[in-house]
Amino acid sequence: MSSKSVHDLDRVVIRFAGDSGDGMQLTGDRFTSDTATLGNDLSTLPNFPAEIRAPQGTLPGVSSFQLHFADHDVLTPGDAPDVLVAMNPAALKANVGDLRRGGIIIANADDFTTRNLAKVGYALNPLTDGSLESYHVHAVPLTATTVEALAEFTGLTRKAKERAKNMFALGLLSWMYNRPTAATQDFLKAKFAKAPEILAANLKALAAGVNYGETTEDFASSYAVGPAPMPAGTYRNITGNTALALGLVAAAHRSGLPLVLGSYPITPASDILHTLSGLKRYGVTTMQAEDEIAGIGMALGASFGGALGVTTTSGPGLALKSETIGLAVSLELPLVIVDVQRGGPSTGLPTKTEQADLLQAMFGRNGESPAAVIAPQTPNDCFAAAVEAVEMATAYRTPVLVLTDGYLANGSEPWLVPAVEDLPRIEPNFATEPNGVDKAGEPAFLPYLRDPDTLARPWAVPGTPGLEHRIGGIEKADVTGEISYEPANHDTMVRLRQAKVDGIAVPDVEVDDPSGAARVLVLGWGSTYGPIAAAVRRVRRAGYAVARTHLRHLNPFPANLGAVLGAYDRVIVPEMNLGQLALLLRARYLVDVRSHTAVRGLPFTTAELAEVLTAAVEELG
Amino acid sequence: MTTTAVNRTSAPTPVALTKKDFTSDQEVRWCPGCGDYVILATVQGFLPELGIARENVVFVSGIGCSSRFPYYVQTYGMHSIHGRAPAIATGLVTANPDLTVFVATGDGDALSIGGNHLIHAMRRNVNLTILLFNNQIYGLTKGQYSPTSRLGQVTKSSPYGSVDTPFNPISLALGAEATFVARAMESDRAELTAILKAAATHRGTALIEIYQNCPIFNDGAFDAIKDRSQQQARLVRLRADEPVRVGVEDSRQVLVRRPDGSLEFVAEAEADPAAYVIHDPYAADASQAFALSRLDSAEMTHVPMGIFRQVSRPAYDDVVRAQVDGAVESAGGAASDADLAELLRGRDTWTVG
Repeated sequence: MSSKSVHDLDRVVIRFAGDSGDGMQLTGDRFTSDTATLGNDLSTLPNFPAEIRAPQGTLPGVSSFQLHFADHDVLTPGDAPDVLVAMNPAALKANVGDLRRGGIIIANADDFTTRNLAKVGYALNPLTDGSLESYHVHAVPLTATTVEALAEFTGLTRKAKERAKNMFALGLLSWMYNRPTAATQDFLKAKFAKAPEILAANLKALAAGVNYGETTEDFASSYAVGPAPMPAGTYRNITGNTALALGLVAAAHRSGLPLVLGSYPITPASDILHTLSGLKRYGVTTMQAEDEIAGIGMALGASFGGALGVTTTSGPGLALKSETIGLAVSLELPLVIVDVQRGGPSTGLPTKTEQADLLQAMFGRNGESPAAVIAPQTPNDCFAAAVEAVEMATAYRTPVLVLTDGYLANGSEPWLVPAVEDLPRIEPNFATEPNGVDKAGEPAFLPYLRDPDTLARPWAVPGTPGLEHRIGGIEKADVTGEISYEPANHDTMVRLRQAKVDGIAVPDVEVDDPSGAARVLVLGWGSTYGPIAAAVRRVRRAGYAVARTHLRHLNPFPANLGAVLGAYDRVIVPEMNLGQLALLLRARYLVDVRSHTAVRGLPFTTAELAEVLTAAVEELG
Repeated sequence: MTTTAVNRTSAPTPVALTKKDFTSDQEVRWCPGCGDYVILATVQGFLPELGIARENVVFVSGIGCSSRFPYYVQTYGMHSIHGRAPAIATGLVTANPDLTVFVATGDGDALSIGGNHLIHAMRRNVNLTILLFNNQIYGLTKGQYSPTSRLGQVTKSSPYGSVDTPFNPISLALGAEATFVARAMESDRAELTAILKAAATHRGTALIEIYQNCPIFNDGAFDAIKDRSQQQARLVRLRADEPVRVGVEDSRQVLVRRPDGSLEFVAEAEADPAAYVIHDPYAADASQAFALSRLDSAEMTHVPMGIFRQVSRPAYDDVVRAQVDGAVESAGGAASDADLAELLRGRDTWTVG
C-alpha cells in the first residue's frame, strides 16, 4: 500500500507517446487491460505511423496510444490528455499541443540530448527552459534508471536493458493511478516464456517503475479512479477488429456454415485475417490470396460451394473488389465484405481513420448494383454488426458491406460478453429439391424463383443431386436463370435486385431527445457515435436541447428515417469525409441537412462537435 | 471441412451416365465452325467415363468465347468475371471437397487479365483442371491480339503488327510450379480425351492448353500442324519413358542432348542412342519438361503435344482442410456452444455485479 496520499478522480486521459520502436502501443495496451480489470469504463485511440520504423527520434516516427478511463460511462478516447508520457523530444513536440494546461508531462529526460533536441528543432531543452511551465513536468531519467535497476542481469546487453524502459514507465503510471500489475506480469510471463532472462528483466523493470513512484520525492501523490457502474455480467476489453472477427465466427457457428475468409493483407484490416487464421479449431478456413480480387473471388467461390464467404479489406482493396461485388449482386449469393476504412484517396493515410468509403460501398460498381451496407458504431459493436451482416447476407442471398474504420478497428473498450444462446440462429435454408417444372413439365430447379417475402432466390449448393444449374454475371431470365438479353427482362431483373435490397428488414432509428423540445437533430453514422454522444451530453449539460440519432443501416435506410429528419428544424450531420451521408440524405429525403466535416485522420473531438451543436441551437434562437 | 451443412450424397451415383446426361438444354452460341464445339463434345463425351455424379462436377469460367462453356454442360456451373475463375474455383473447391472442379478459360482470360490468378492456382496446386483454350486471339471482343498472338501478328488492334512477345503457356505453367501440364489439339479427340482423363484424376492443378481454331478472327492459326501432309514432320507426340521423336519412316528424327546441354532433333539413323532425350513427365526436376516446351517456335517447326509434366505434390485445398480438420480434431471435435463462449470471453475478463 502506498504511504503517499491518494486523490480521487472521476476520469483521466493518458497519452503514451514515443518512438515507433519504444513499445508505446504495447505499454498502452497493457495499461488498458489493467484498467479494464479494475472495472473502469474506457476508450482507447492508438495512433501510429504507416512506416514500421521511421527514422529514430523524428516527428514522423512518433507513435502514441491514448486511453480515457473513468468511473462513469466513457464515450470517446478524450480530446485533451491530462497526462502525457513522452519518451523523447519528438514525442513531446508532436503531442504537447494537445495536452490540457496544467496537465502532467512525464518525460524520459535521458532522451533529451542535444542531438535528439536538434532533430526536431528544439534549440533549448524544453524540460528546463521554462517553456512548459504551465504543465507539471516530471523529467525522469527513464533509460538510466531502468538500466541501473537491471544491473544484475549481466547476460543482457545495455541495449536489451534499455528496451525494458517501457515497462518501467508502465510501472510508474500503474503506481500513479493505482492500477494492479498482476495481469501484465502474467502477460509478460506468457510472452517471454522462452526467454527467462528477458522475462525477469521486464518484470524487474515493471516493479522498479512502481517503486520509483512510491519512493521518489518527485511524485507526491497518486490518483484513484473508481469503477464505473455497468450492467452486471462478464466483461472483457476488445478492439473493433477482434470484435469483428469474433462476430463472424459466432455467426458462422450459429448458422452451421463453415466460415471461409479470402483476404489480402492491408492496413488496418489485417488483424482480422490474423485473428481468424488462428481460429481453425472453430472450423474457420482462411486463405491469404494473391491479391484483393482473388480474396473476394475465393470468398464468393466458397459461398457458391455452400460456405459463409467473407473478405476483409480497406478502401484501396474495396476498389479492387468492385467487379466481384457486382458479380455477387448478380449471382445473388451470400457474401460479407468488411471494409476497415482509412484515409484516402489512393494509399492515403493507411494507419489513420476516415469515413470516406461510404459512396464507394453504396455505388462503386458498374450498373445498378445494390448491396446492403451496415456500419458499427463502437469497437465492441463490430461484433453485433458482423453477426447482423451474416444474418442479412444469408437471408437475402446478397453481398453485405460492413464499414468500420481505423478508429474502431484499433480502438478498444469494455465489452459485455454475450451469451451464445442469446445470439440469433441463422438458417441457411439450402435448396434440396426441385422448386418448379421445366418446359416439358418435368420437375426442375429454377435458380431465380424468388421467395415472395424476401425476394431471395434459392441457394442450391453444388453436390445436391437434381439441382444442377448455371449462374453467371450475364443477365439472366427471371425465374429460370437462363441467359437473357430481353429488354423487358433486364428491366425486371434490375428492379427486382433493387427491390430485394430495399426490402431488407432493418429496425427504425431511435431518437434520443429527452426533453422533447429539441429543434436541432444531430445524425451520425459509424464511428462518430462516441464523439457525437459525448458532445450532445456536454451541450445538454449546458442547458441546450439537442436530439440525437445514429444510423447503423446505410442501405437500406430505416423506414422512419425520412419522418425523423422532417421532424426537426435543423439536422446536423457530422462525418469524417466531405459530406457523403449528407449527399444521400438530401437526395433521398429532400431535407437540407447541414454537413459538418473533417478529414484529419483522427476522430472528432467532443469540444469541436459541442461547439457546432451549440451554434446550431443558438442560431435557431 | 468437418462442418459442412450441405445435405447431399457424397458417394458417386452408381448409374452409368452418357454424353447426353452432360448436355444442357441451352442453345450453343459459338460461331459456326468454331473449335470450341469439338472441345465441348469431347468433354461431354469424356465426363461419363469419370464415374463422378453429375451434381459433383462444376465448371467455372471467366469471360470470353471459351467461358460460355459452363452453360452447355449439364452440371453445376458459374460463368464469372474476366480472369477470375481460378480464384473463385479455389474458394469453391477448398470449401467443398466433394466437388470435381473444371475451369474453362482462354488465352486472354487466363494469361492476360487473369494471369495472376492462374500462376497462383498452379503454384498452390489447387485441385482444379484448367482447360485453356488457346486460339491466339481475342474472339468475343472481335479480333484483338492476345498474349499468345504471334509477334508481328496483324489484328484489329495491331494493324502494324503486334509488338508483344507472346507467352508460351506451357513454359509459364512449368515456371509457376504446376504439377500437371499438357497440350492437346481440339481436332485430336482421342488424345484430348486421354489427357482429360489423366488430368481429372490428378490431385492438384492440371493445366491443359488446347489449341483451338477461331474461324472468324484467326482462321488457320494451327493449319501447319493440322494439315496431314505437314503434321507428321512437325507434331512431337510426347510419350512417357520414350525417346522424343518426330516424323515418320526415313525422315524420322529424334531429340538428342548435345554436349552443351541444348536439345536438337537429328536424323534417327545418325543419332547416338546414349544421347536420346527420354521423356520423363514424372521427374521431380522440371528442367527437361521446360526444355521441351522451348521447342515451340512461331513457325511451328516442332510442336510438342501431350503431357509435359505429371508429378505429385500436396494439393493446396487438401492441406488447408487438413489444418482445419487437425485443429478441430485435436480440440476434441467441432466447437460446441461452450467452446464458442470460451472464445468470446478470451483470457482476460472481469465480472460486474
